[in-house]
Amino acid sequence: MNVPSNLKFAKSDEWFDAASGAVGISDYAQNQLSDIVFVEILVEEGEEVAAGKIIASIESVKASSEIYAPASGKVSAVNKGVSDKPETLNSDPYGEGWMIKIEGGSAGDVMDAAEYEKFCEGRTH
Amino acid sequence: MTYIPISPNERDAMLKEVGVKSLDDLFDAVPKKHRFPELDLPRALTEMEAAALLGEMATTNENVHDHLVSFLGAGAYHHYIPSVVDHMLRRGEFYTAYTPYQPEISQGTLQAIFEYQSLMTHLTGMEVSNASHYDGATAAAEAVNLAYAQFRGKRRKIVLSPSLHPQYREVIRTYTQGLDLEKAGDGELADLEAGPEALTSLVDSNTMLVIIQYPDFFGRIYDYTKLIEDAHAKGSLVCIVANPTALVMLKTPAEMGADIVVGEAQPLGIPLWFGGPYLGFFTTKKSYVHKMAGRLIGETVDNRGQRSYVLTLTAREQHIKRERATSNICSNQGLLALASAVYMSTLGKTGLQQVANLCYQKAHYAASELSKIDGFGLCFTDPFFHEFALCCPRPASEVNEYLLEHGILGGYDLGQDYPSLANHLLVAVTEMNSKQEIDTLVEVLKEME
Amino acid sequence: MSTPSTSLTATIVEPTIFELSSPGRLGVTMPASDVPTVDLPPRDLLRSELPLPELAEVDVVRHYTRLSKFNYSVDDGFYPLGSCTMKYNPKINEDTCRLPGFLYTHPLQPIETVQGNLVLMFELQEWLKEISGFAGVTLQPAAGAHGEFTGVLMMAAYHKSRGDSKRTRMLIPDAAHGTNPASAGMLGMSVVTIPSDERGNVDLKALEAACDDTVVGMMLTNPNTLGMFDEHIEKVVKLVKDCGGLMYGDGANLNALLGIVRPGDLGFDVMHFNLHKTFSVPHGGGGPGSGPVGVSKRLLDFLPSPLVGIVEEADGDMAPLYGFITPEQSIGRMKAFHGHFGGGLVRAYTYIAMHGPDGLKDIAQYAVLNANYLQAKLRGTYTIPYDRICMHEFVAEGQFAGSDVRALDIAKRLMDYKFHPPTNYFPLIVHEALMIEPTETENKDTLDRFADALIKIAEEARTQPELLHTAPHTTPFGRMDEVKAARELVLCCWLPEGYDSEK
Ligand SMILES: Cc1ncc(COP(=O)(O)O)c(C=O)c1O
Repeated sequence: MNVPSNLKFAKSDEWFDAASGAVGISDYAQNQLSDIVFVEILVEEGEEVAAGKIIASIESVKASSEIYAPASGKVSAVNKGVSDKPETLNSDPYGEGWMIKIEGGSAGDVMDAAEYEKFCEGRTH
Repeated sequence: MTYIPISPNERDAMLKEVGVKSLDDLFDAVPKKHRFPELDLPRALTEMEAAALLGEMATTNENVHDHLVSFLGAGAYHHYIPSVVDHMLRRGEFYTAYTPYQPEISQGTLQAIFEYQSLMTHLTGMEVSNASHYDGATAAAEAVNLAYAQFRGKRRKIVLSPSLHPQYREVIRTYTQGLDLEKAGDGELADLEAGPEALTSLVDSNTMLVIIQYPDFFGRIYDYTKLIEDAHAKGSLVCIVANPTALVMLKTPAEMGADIVVGEAQPLGIPLWFGGPYLGFFTTKKSYVHKMAGRLIGETVDNRGQRSYVLTLTAREQHIKRERATSNICSNQGLLALASAVYMSTLGKTGLQQVANLCYQKAHYAASELSKIDGFGLCFTDPFFHEFALCCPRPASEVNEYLLEHGILGGYDLGQDYPSLANHLLVAVTEMNSKQEIDTLVEVLKEME
Repeated sequence: MSTPSTSLTATIVEPTIFELSSPGRLGVTMPASDVPTVDLPPRDLLRSELPLPELAEVDVVRHYTRLSKFNYSVDDGFYPLGSCTMKYNPKINEDTCRLPGFLYTHPLQPIETVQGNLVLMFELQEWLKEISGFAGVTLQPAAGAHGEFTGVLMMAAYHKSRGDSKRTRMLIPDAAHGTNPASAGMLGMSVVTIPSDERGNVDLKALEAACDDTVVGMMLTNPNTLGMFDEHIEKVVKLVKDCGGLMYGDGANLNALLGIVRPGDLGFDVMHFNLHKTFSVPHGGGGPGSGPVGVSKRLLDFLPSPLVGIVEEADGDMAPLYGFITPEQSIGRMKAFHGHFGGGLVRAYTYIAMHGPDGLKDIAQYAVLNANYLQAKLRGTYTIPYDRICMHEFVAEGQFAGSDVRALDIAKRLMDYKFHPPTNYFPLIVHEALMIEPTETENKDTLDRFADALIKIAEEARTQPELLHTAPHTTPFGRMDEVKAARELVLCCWLPEGYDSEK
């Protein structure tokens, strides 16, 4: 399981990069969902989002999931690429697979990488 | 009579294995005071008695095959169904299988429904078809759900054509009770003679969907291209409720720019059956496929390199999305989708064109002869397909009563739904109506009063 | 239009109806027109091409016959698909539902001409009321999920009629079928998930905590999808009713209760029947079903319209006249016309008429016996997480300690033993669920052979797991690439080059 140490993580498996404002889903989450076939981003550039608000909806071959904002702030960019190629979320969740950027974002209820790693280990059954 | 294949000896051996003394002991968890009620039902019949009883009930009806000459349509049509259709449906391999959740042993159903999807897309001109809805009316209601999901509730108005089937409009109203939508277009004062463009002025920036019928409830054929362009300019989607027999002949809804095309596929090989089960078809553009309800079958390969088919994009559906799904549909009309696929394949391009042409020709003959009778006339002047509104000198209900005395089902009494059309009959003519039947109808009506 | 993808490289086992087409071939043709010819509509209202297949009748028959042989069905063998009640479908039903008097009646015919149909519907309403203990029944809903939606609409209408507008939460156990939360979701209600306790009952503490004056009601499947009859059913009903909620029963599992207990007597307010499970309407490869709904007295006025009723009482020798009636505060119409008359109601009527009260009780008793017998035979080899007397079905875990074999592998391997697998991965609260429902129409030999196969597979899981991972081996098709299907999304046949060139 890949958990980059510079990122913060929400309990609902989103990551937030405080430096760039980027948001995506964790390697753990993409692995649980398996092959992702549909990504719909539900917020637009310029929109204000509050931490905990639904920002995207994802479907894989066997599951579906809502994605929540891990931080509050203004949406400064939306990655259209992931809607066109949903599999990017599987292949590169922390890179090309970023979903939106939140500007001036203040993180919501998030953990650091070490805490998140422990949190995930506790969940595997 | 039951279908339980267990002998008393076997039963006792099984009870022993389970560790209880009697069958009744299996139900200790059921509250005692309500356990084993005496059901007040008729005693059991043997197969011979049941066949006789049902035979008697069926013959109590007057049917359009043996007793009545029918000019009744209004959403359910009497067409010829080639013998081969029912022979295929009666194969136990098809009708006693469940939903094809295990594709390795369900390729028969899967490929047949994939072919159905293909036939429907080619007939409507649209890009994708789902595996079916309950009927045309619920398919139209699901179009509203699609639009609602597409705009995520940010647009909350639908425009309903007043010449959309009245029962379809009722079903849409029932289905959308929880959505708090504004509905416009089909109020009591709606002008039934105004063309489709009359709806344009109702479409605004809050409108998510316009629903029109093609040919409309009165049988009229309109080119909806302009209306659709205007609706699109306001950002709204447009759904056309289409009759599949008419689509064989007419410009496709796709060519007019429709976003969603739904309808009742009963005319494609499904008997009248007193109203069901029928077959709702649902087709749309590929870009809306994730918002579309219902099952979908897609092509793939198996691990032996063989082309094969599976249920796909299932994460949209209730068993995965649960309360977030756009629809709760689970069982659909699988076997009837197969019926329509066999019907379309057997008649083929040529046979279907013959059916459409016969419907058109005979309906026009009937309209022209009927309108020559004193006091009768066509209500509208627009082109029509196989159904038309006939203005009568007396209330349509009385005309129908009179016709029934002569063994004729006259048509649909439009006064039931449109107070301004109390003297109007909606007359349907298909390939099943001979010239002689039409001439008889004309003769009988000439003698009315 | 979609383009060829897999078709270029994959082996084609059976061509599509489009690939079999050859321009100029005719199947069934229609008689020539016997009326004077008139002009077609203006050219700009006509379509320019019609890309549909052209085949002879024999081509069509052989194609669909070959396809049918790729299916496994109840007529082929044992089909213990949990929650689906895949019982034998009596052949007589296929004949009664096709009697010309039923087949050729139009739904809008005057009621005087269709008294046979209306009597059948009226009596079926009465019989279903008697079987379930409800005060009223609508036959309109097209399937179970459609019945659920009907029921939830009535529950909402009931609260609304009393001006009780803050009720927006629907309580649904974690073991529930997906259609339950989806039905509540269609009305914008919020779903509160209620956990199950260790005996497979509704967790009473959690239920009590969730019950307040914002509750619409509870949607409960009883016996639930674990096959367990709730041991505190009366307490559950009382808790929900005491907070002003209504009790919805998902009748998918009614096969276990025929002649055993009536949901209406237990205090349920509304329940859908699945005629295609309990009353032997065949499943048709996915449908059509039929999902009548029964209601208690307080919901009678909200039933969908129209219902079948007596519109003129019997008079001397004259039989009563049956017709359509509209309940006072009806939620409206759920579909066009009157329900799945031919395919659903006639078959179910035939079935109930042939069983009578004792036959119905036999159905439930033997369905429950068969399930308990299988459970007893598999106990010891498979983990049964909720291990007590079950009703018509039970759930086993399809996994073994120290093995990477999963429920899916076991399911696929069962096909090699010529059985249809049980339901997998449902209910969601059991890991690697195998949900087994044998139904009453299987004999002891079949159950023994099935148990033997599952026990053998457990052994194979230890000794040759690869055999399971790559199963099935003896079916006409192997495991499918589901990711490819979802990513490439070929949803309709491509048309061969120049398909419609001659117009
Ligand atoms: C427990 C349960 N509830 C509801 C349904 C939905 O029924 P239908 O498929 O007829 O809509 C099913 C069947 O799939 C079921 O098993």
